[in-house]
Amino acid sequence: MFAYYLKLGWLSIRGNPWLSLLMVAAIGVGIGACMTILTVNYTMSGNPIPHKSDRLFHVQLDSWDANDPGEDGFQPPDQVTYTDALALKRAAPAFRQVASNRSGLVLEPEGDDERPFTVDVRNTWADFFPMFEPPFLYGGGWDASADESREPVVVLGRELNERVFGGEDSVGRTVRMNGLNFRVVGVIDEWQPVPKFYDVTNGPFNSTEEAFIPFTLAVEQELPRNGNTNCWKSPEGDGFQAFLASECVWIQYWAELRNDAERAEFHQWLDNYVMEQKELGRFPRPVNNRLLDVMQWMEDQEVVEDDAQVMLGLSVLFLVVCLLNTIGLLLAKFMRKTGEISVRRALGARRGDLFRQHMVEAGLIGLGGGILGLGLTWLGLRGIEALFGEFVENLVGLDWVMMLTAIGLAIVSALVAGLYPTWRATQVMPASQLKAQ
Amino acid sequence: MQFGPIWRALMRNRTGAILIALQVAVTMAIMVNAISIIQSRSEAMARPSGVDEANIFYISSIGFNEEFNERVTIEEDLAAIRALPGVVNAIQSNSVPLSGGGWSMGLQTEAGDDIDGIGTAVYFTDEHGLDTYGLNLVAGENFAPSDVGWREGSTPNWPDRVIITVSLAKGLFGEEEWRSAVGSTVYINSNEPMTVIGIIERMQAPWNGWDRLDNTMLSPEHTLFRSTRYIVRTEPGRRDELMPQVEELLADSNRDRIVRGLTTMEETRERSYRGHASMIKMLLFTIALLLLITALGIVGLASFSVSRRTKQIGTRRALGASKADIASYFMSENFLISGVGVLLGAALTVGLNMAMVDAFDLDRMELWLLPVAMLVLLVVGQLAVLGPARRAASVPPAVATRTV
Repeated sequence: MFAYYLKLGWLSIRGNPWLSLLMVAAIGVGIGACMTILTVNYTMSGNPIPHKSDRLFHVQLDSWDANDPGEDGFQPPDQVTYTDALALKRAAPAFRQVASNRSGLVLEPEGDDERPFTVDVRNTWADFFPMFEPPFLYGGGWDASADESREPVVVLGRELNERVFGGEDSVGRTVRMNGLNFRVVGVIDEWQPVPKFYDVTNGPFNSTEEAFIPFTLAVEQELPRNGNTNCWKSPEGDGFQAFLASECVWIQYWAELRNDAERAEFHQWLDNYVMEQKELGRFPRPVNNRLLDVMQWMEDQEVVEDDAQVMLGLSVLFLVVCLLNTIGLLLAKFMRKTGEISVRRALGARRGDLFRQHMVEAGLIGLGGGILGLGLTWLGLRGIEALFGEFVENLVGLDWVMMLTAIGLAIVSALVAGLYPTWRATQVMPASQLKAQ
Repeated sequence: MQFGPIWRALMRNRTGAILIALQVAVTMAIMVNAISIIQSRSEAMARPSGVDEANIFYISSIGFNEEFNERVTIEEDLAAIRALPGVVNAIQSNSVPLSGGGWSMGLQTEAGDDIDGIGTAVYFTDEHGLDTYGLNLVAGENFAPSDVGWREGSTPNWPDRVIITVSLAKGLFGEEEWRSAVGSTVYINSNEPMTVIGIIERMQAPWNGWDRLDNTMLSPEHTLFRSTRYIVRTEPGRRDELMPQVEELLADSNRDRIVRGLTTMEETRERSYRGHASMIKMLLFTIALLLLITALGIVGLASFSVSRRTKQIGTRRALGASKADIASYFMSENFLISGVGVLLGAALTVGLNMAMVDAFDLDRMELWLLPVAMLVLLVVGQLAVLGPARRAASVPPAVATRTV
């Protein structure tokens, strides 16, 4: 029967090509607008590391000024001080934990003709790699012993490895950055968590760094930092050591805690630590430490931009307009067929049969709208890319989930839009229509 | 034309009319709210930065090895750039307005740790800063060469003298008494005194979304951060020709550093507001598409109603109605439907606006948008129904005698 209804639906669509086209276009445009914006929102609110996002916790310690409530009231700062990062790293009970910060170095390629260039760098610890699991092309991360001994080792990103070593396995070779010779221990394959959860502070949709080096080495060598730095009071004294000892926050701190017990233990440790520090005159505010997992942290930091949400709201309303349009047009179409419906009813078709038949026709129109909508979504995303440029390059990909959603949404929309017109069509009294003929 | 019979006829066949009215209402709600957003974005983009944007460009210089003598390099670079023909002036600074990255500090009029300071952006500059940025000094005086010091990466102290914007002076000393800021002492880092020696009319902070965008202070210092920016102002029309010259000059004069990020102020503004500009374009596109869809919906339903009533139309024509009578019947019918739609739309618009202002950090819409949007939608409705109405008018009276 379904095949027969499909055929009838197709004939009916063919019989009224302009009206049908208008409906397909209305649904297509509505779906296109909605899905374009939805894709951006979906990517922004995506889970960057789904298999362990509930085990990775962003650590916040409330070391801030007692007199400065900040914009959202008394929230702990989003980064930690060097003093605290080091204390935690040394003693806090976590399965894994990692401090990191953003930096930029100047790489001097071999050969005199090559000009030096700047490289985005992340200073971090050995645990970064097993915790955040970047895929390795060659080699791997460094050992914890390299952190201890401040070894000049580096993990390169794929692109940088291509630029410097032509994409070869460069493990064991040397790159010179800021006057230091770094030994390559690993090369990471294409890796772009979206959002870039491990450093939302410096831009949740920034590109992944091109090189990773030991944090301990960067501090020892006083290598430049270029990430966000916030101070509520100035360092006491001059020079880098004074800065390290200051209350300035500039480090992102993450811990991997495998279960509630570990989490509770870690949290307890943090609270005890802050109480100890209070005796030393630090932490002027009440104890307010926070451990948020990846998705909680993304929510807290509101990584989905307001603009994207506003556009989402408007585009859903847009779809509503398109659907109202479709309901009206379907109604017009079905009411035109009252004669045909009456004949079929008189010949023994039940209301249920007619209902199914017309829903199939609505579904067919929805399918057409979905396919058109998918094309328009692709166009819309290219449009957004052209408008916003590199800021959104990580946000405008269309994956299978979104494609199926587009088609599904279109069909469901058309079926919903078709409900009322179909119901009206099945209410036709055959006698009255046949008489009028 | 009498609306009475048309209204009664509509009420007998409500569904199509209700659908169109709803469509018009939702269209209006989206349209007005989108325009309201466009308005506030355009206003934000129109705020002047206070600097001579058309003639300024900047470039970064980053020293990367031990031999790099930053202080000597900066002095030589500045002398060389300033000597280029066509260059009005040049300085070394940490940032420029709208660039997105920079320093901020808090200033207060009384010393004390427990006082909440007023936030301000900080630009480091020497005595050439006012001329290079093209700033307008409205009170007091410029820095003297002897005021200018050298700041290292983690110098905790601040100079004795400072220049601030009118906006910051008003924040510190009050709307009326801002001129009294000149000669007064302000405190930075809670306790460190600085004397305000001059007030400039306007200079924006690097962050366009900041609510204290016009709060800016100039600190008379060169910086030794290993990474620095030169800001160059040229004579009108000579910027593009001088940009590569300056880049080459810097790149060739010293091999212990790299130069990068050659950018004009105009590009900086474009980048800074790209989000706003894109949002405006997207919203305009949405509005246009929406009006088109709604108009097509009106055409579709009106055509349907014309074809269904062909026989009635023929009968009316046979009974003496003119073509104009028939056309105006459909025009009036649409006017009634759209009229209900825009009234409903007005309520929906206000509701949506309240919800959006509540949920997001948006400005309330301006009320005059409502009547304008109502008028626009009524006109669009009339235009859309024009075609079907013409077709209705051309139905011959003879149709009345046939069965349809």
